[in-house]
Amino acid sequence: MLLLALRMLFGDTAKYLMLVVGIFFATFLMAQQAGVFCGLMLWTTATLKNVPAPLWIVEEKVEQVNETNPMRDTDVALVRSVKSVAWAAPIYSGIQRVRMADGKFKVIQLVGIDSATLAGAPVKMLAGRLEDVRLPHSVIIDELAIKRLSLDPKNPLKVGDSFEINDQEARVVGICDAMTSFTGGPYVWTTYNRALQYSPPQRKMLSAVIAAPRPGISNEAAAIDIEKQTGLRAYVNGPYGSSPRDFNASTVWWYVKNTGIPISFGTTVLIGFIVGVAISCQTFYSFVLENMKHLGALKAMGASTFMLCKMLLLQAFTVGFIGYGIGLAATSGFAFGALKNKQPPFFLPDIVPPAVLGVIFLICTLAALLGIWRVARLEPAMVFRG
Amino acid sequence: MADPKPQHALAVRLQGIVKSFGDGNARLTVLKDISLDTREGEIMMLVGPSGCGKTTLISIMAGTLAADQGSVEVFGSRLDKMSARAVTRFRAQNIGFIFQQFHLIPTLNIVQNASVPLLIQGKSTSYAEKKAKEALGLVGLGDRLKHRPNQLSGGQQQRVAIARALVHDPKLIICDEPTAALDAKNGQLVMELFENVARTAGRSVVIVTHDNRIFSHADRIASMDDGQIVEVHEVVKGKPVELAGH
Repeated sequence: MLLLALRMLFGDTAKYLMLVVGIFFATFLMAQQAGVFCGLMLWTTATLKNVPAPLWIVEEKVEQVNETNPMRDTDVALVRSVKSVAWAAPIYSGIQRVRMADGKFKVIQLVGIDSATLAGAPVKMLAGRLEDVRLPHSVIIDELAIKRLSLDPKNPLKVGDSFEINDQEARVVGICDAMTSFTGGPYVWTTYNRALQYSPPQRKMLSAVIAAPRPGISNEAAAIDIEKQTGLRAYVNGPYGSSPRDFNASTVWWYVKNTGIPISFGTTVLIGFIVGVAISCQTFYSFVLENMKHLGALKAMGASTFMLCKMLLLQAFTVGFIGYGIGLAATSGFAFGALKNKQPPFFLPDIVPPAVLGVIFLICTLAALLGIWRVARLEPAMVFRG
Repeated sequence: MADPKPQHALAVRLQGIVKSFGDGNARLTVLKDISLDTREGEIMMLVGPSGCGKTTLISIMAGTLAADQGSVEVFGSRLDKMSARAVTRFRAQNIGFIFQQFHLIPTLNIVQNASVPLLIQGKSTSYAEKKAKEALGLVGLGDRLKHRPNQLSGGQQQRVAIARALVHDPKLIICDEPTAALDAKNGQLVMELFENVARTAGRSVVIVTHDNRIFSHADRIASMDDGQIVEVHEVVKGKPVELAGH
């Protein structure tokens, strides 16, 4: 009988395709929008990925990495004085403007690193030498900067070219791989002192101190020590959620709580769910209604209500699986394109596909329940009434 | 009540059947103390004007509807004493149905359609389809096994419905207006099939019909009016059937 149920389902091509399309849409909207949302949230922590250090020490009120409450330069020495700290280095991080040769301005994320240790330098150089950043007026740019700061795409920015940051020359000595920032501006690295020269002067300019614990001391323990002894805020820069002091989690949650981004994406995910429920339930119910006389005949011939319910559930879940598979494949296609082009942001946590599958199961169950509700009330004698 | 011929065993015995629909002032009694027997190897026709209760009576006989009062005995089993689940199982094992609208599933081919009763019984698909092909061969559709119902004429569809009703070898076959959608020639062919089914395998066939062209194929004809059986006519082969009102 279950094979018969599948034959009935696949035999009604129009309804079958409509059901699959409904589930596909729901899956794609939910998974793709969740992926873009998570990707966007990941971008908010781009500075933590691009300036890798186990510990980030910031002004005590700072809650997320893109918020810069300047500190005194002496705070670096204060952090270094903590016994559990192996090393500490200053970081300047701020948004600055680049003037192009044609007079247009572009926004960049300027990062100043310690010229002695180069702590906080990009991890992967694609061209040039990292050490050359110590040379006068030198900067290292990421791949995005090539796209954004090149006047002519046929003649892209390369090592040896130069541009202006706040009217001061910046010569490209290296190109690196970096994660795109939340603000969309490319990352430009230079030395800490030169970063201060590029930036409008302020009384306090230090954005953060990066540090590492001594061997045998955990990041968590070192962060606690730093906070106790300096009064600054110390965060751990590890895998997301790996520590209660994780700067990544703190940054993401700041954006979740303080911006409309989750509501915007949440609404789209909800629409995906509603579209799935509306199309699938309506189409499946219509499919059941069209087959009501046949289901009635089966019931008259001795098929139990339980058997008919199993048939409906199988039909609903078969459509659900197929639609989900196609939807997830489409999401993968989108992800492939997004990751290749580094636009738009995309990151699909492991939990999303099973969560979407759970929602699709819920939609299929709702659709099947509508049919079951009718079939359970179906009197087999109705088949004699024409 | 008409007594069955003594040489044949009882197939169906209905006694004191009462059935009403609706509540309060809108309550309508459609069967009023009906008693009727049918026997094995017999074709029993139920005739009467629309709304007289024929369909309700075969629904009760088939166990698809419960009577308010009275007893329903089919091949020795009291349906009115069984649970709904047991009645469902009984129908699956012992009753074949032929509906006025055929109720063939359009997305299945005729082998798959005819195999449905065996699938309901839990038989394997391969076994059910093998038996379905045999049943379709019996009704002369052995060369159209891959066809779907909408690729067949009305008469051919009715033959598929007959094959479906016979495939699980039921003891009782309930037919609702089996010739209503057929022309005279196909109607006669279908009735000849029913006669073979009833006579050769000792099955009991109960047919609800308005079609007086097929009355001569019956063994007995029960006339109904206003929820009651007003006459049970024994059909004598070769003699014209004359019923009051027909």
